[in-house]
Amino acid sequence: MSSRTLPLLFINLGGEMLYILDQRLRAQNIPADKAKKVMNDIITTMFNKKFLEELFKPQELYSKKALRTVFDRLAHASIMRLNQASMDKLYDLMTMAFKYQVLLCPRPKDILLVSFNHMDAIKDFVKDTPSILSQVDETYQQLIEMYTPLSNGEFQLIRQTLLIFFQDMHIRVSIFLKDKVQNSNGRFGLPTSGPVPHGTQVPGLIRIFSCTGEEKTRLQFNNGGNYTSAIREGSFEIFGDRVTKLGTNMYSVSRPVETHMSGTSKSSAQHTKVNTAPNPLAKEELNMLARLMGGLEVQKAGTSTFLVPDELSYGIINIQATKDQQVSAELTKIMGEFTDSGHQSPSSSSKGDDLLAMMDDL
Amino acid sequence: MFHKEKSIQIKNSASALYNNLSVLRIAPRRLTYFTVVHANVVNMVSASWDGLNYSHRQLQSKEPNVATSTSLIMQAAFCVLPSRELLVVTSQKGIQMYESDGSIMVYWHALDTPETPTAQAVFARGIAAVSENYVCVGVSSGAILVFDVPSKGSNITLSEVLEEHKESITDIAAECSGSQVLLAVANLVTVDDGGSLCVWKSGEEFQLLNKIAGLDISCSSVKLWKGTVVAGYGSGQIRIYEAVTGILQSEINAHARWIYSLDIAPFSGLLLSAAEDSFVRVWHLSVTPETNSVEVAHLHNECVTDTQICGAKFCDGDGYAFAVTGYDLSEIIRYTQT
Repeated sequence: MSSRTLPLLFINLGGEMLYILDQRLRAQNIPADKAKKVMNDIITTMFNKKFLEELFKPQELYSKKALRTVFDRLAHASIMRLNQASMDKLYDLMTMAFKYQVLLCPRPKDILLVSFNHMDAIKDFVKDTPSILSQVDETYQQLIEMYTPLSNGEFQLIRQTLLIFFQDMHIRVSIFLKDKVQNSNGRFGLPTSGPVPHGTQVPGLIRIFSCTGEEKTRLQFNNGGNYTSAIREGSFEIFGDRVTKLGTNMYSVSRPVETHMSGTSKSSAQHTKVNTAPNPLAKEELNMLARLMGGLEVQKAGTSTFLVPDELSYGIINIQATKDQQVSAELTKIMGEFTDSGHQSPSSSSKGDDLLAMMDDL
Repeated sequence: MFHKEKSIQIKNSASALYNNLSVLRIAPRRLTYFTVVHANVVNMVSASWDGLNYSHRQLQSKEPNVATSTSLIMQAAFCVLPSRELLVVTSQKGIQMYESDGSIMVYWHALDTPETPTAQAVFARGIAAVSENYVCVGVSSGAILVFDVPSKGSNITLSEVLEEHKESITDIAAECSGSQVLLAVANLVTVDDGGSLCVWKSGEEFQLLNKIAGLDISCSSVKLWKGTVVAGYGSGQIRIYEAVTGILQSEINAHARWIYSLDIAPFSGLLLSAAEDSFVRVWHLSVTPETNSVEVAHLHNECVTDTQICGAKFCDGDGYAFAVTGYDLSEIIRYTQT
């Protein structure tokens, strides 16, 4: 359908991923500078120039499996390692959050405001690092250039394309259940109250006109809901009040966090679980983005240089943490929590359980 | 006024697409067919009137004889012509026409898809049967393809391409009142993503009778009845125009979100509107062509809780029953008059 959907999908999912990782790093009391490094490394990778160039090309949306591969690689773009189960949960949280945002957007165009909310937060994460900041600013420009000229109908097509991607996903997310925005069957609540979208009138009026254009009759009807007039429109510029809260950080410091994953919803007989786990042994050709992501490597010694992606290699990213004394106890702790179970303790099953529990605390 | 009946379960959930429900009533066999689109599949259910028998069929969008090609379907709709009934399926790759039970594909028309994707999406959307032998299908470029359909067989040909719209076609409707008098004047309306409306008279060469410019508010669904255009918009408004003159006769602030589907029961003048706001509303429309006047009354609301509705159709010409589909819902919900 729309060939302009992928950038929005990637940026919004990436934003959600950063919110979750940021919260995890804080929950673990990782020292600020170390946490910052993890975040910076991932954001740098996310906004790599060559990668974005490819991302913004007109193209069909990737399959769920293919997009999952891209995010697997993004999540591992720093010294942090996540095992399969942790990555599964992270990805489920990210996707359900963005599905919620897309569904609840009052107008299709508001998806762009949601994207700007994510971008604004990402900018705040890297505000002290000018080099990454400039990458983020450039991406704002690209978003504005590509999306602000689009008509409402074209935005609806993007929204419909995204909704097909999220179709049949009803994973229950603790923070949504708690806020009562999601029902126990995994479906999101759609309120029939509140302000109508910008450009829409509150339902309830029928006007009949004469053939000269004068209003002849005015009738009211009961709209069955509890609507109020539209509020002001959010800003589509680089800086500005986005107005909508969709796309802002749900896991921020001020709220008691409980992003517990209750697992997949089994209550609906028609629920289909799509296998999104990438198969490292599969010989399938990697999509372009995953290949680009896989070829990027972040240097440990303060400078960030990028290797030219080797498009012929199909390797699993293996970023080794330096074992020198500079690695603090806290860093080792992060690695220990998120590291592939194979690297650490011999009894992988118990380690796996610990990691699952760790992600459960999200 | 209406109460909920037993829903029909379908094999997949409905996708968020405009006008995502089509209904065909087959009186001689006491059956009704329903079609609902899910990504690249059309789910067809045949339901017996006594409610005892349901049979399912799935159609995939693909080019004939090409094993792996699939594309997303934009719409599936039954086309009723005097001599035959077809099921037309439009997708990103092209247009398929099947016998109405979905058993045989009788025609395939490929769209010009570019080698590498372009910024402007390519797809077909908007389907209507008009007059004795035409099926019209809209394209994302704004073109309307007119197919000439013989009374039987697969010798369907592209008769004409109408190029008047500048934006993607969203919906097409033919005059459904059955009035021969009106059919002789304007019998087709086409609408697009910019909200522009074109009114036509069918024939060997289709004639453009009127064009109503859009206000950059997408028109997602349209109906033509007794010479009156009823159009549903992304702003949640329904507007009623006199087809030939383009005069605005009524404006209704009908829904709080984007309208996805409209339908008219031609014998009674009942109007159905459904939107992303979870509401289906039933109205009564009466048209007096002699005085160019229209009356609209709101009759009934149904709220499908927590559902963005994507299809709503009457199941019969009187509007005695109607059916509804919603995004992520794997059932067709039915309502009948009490």
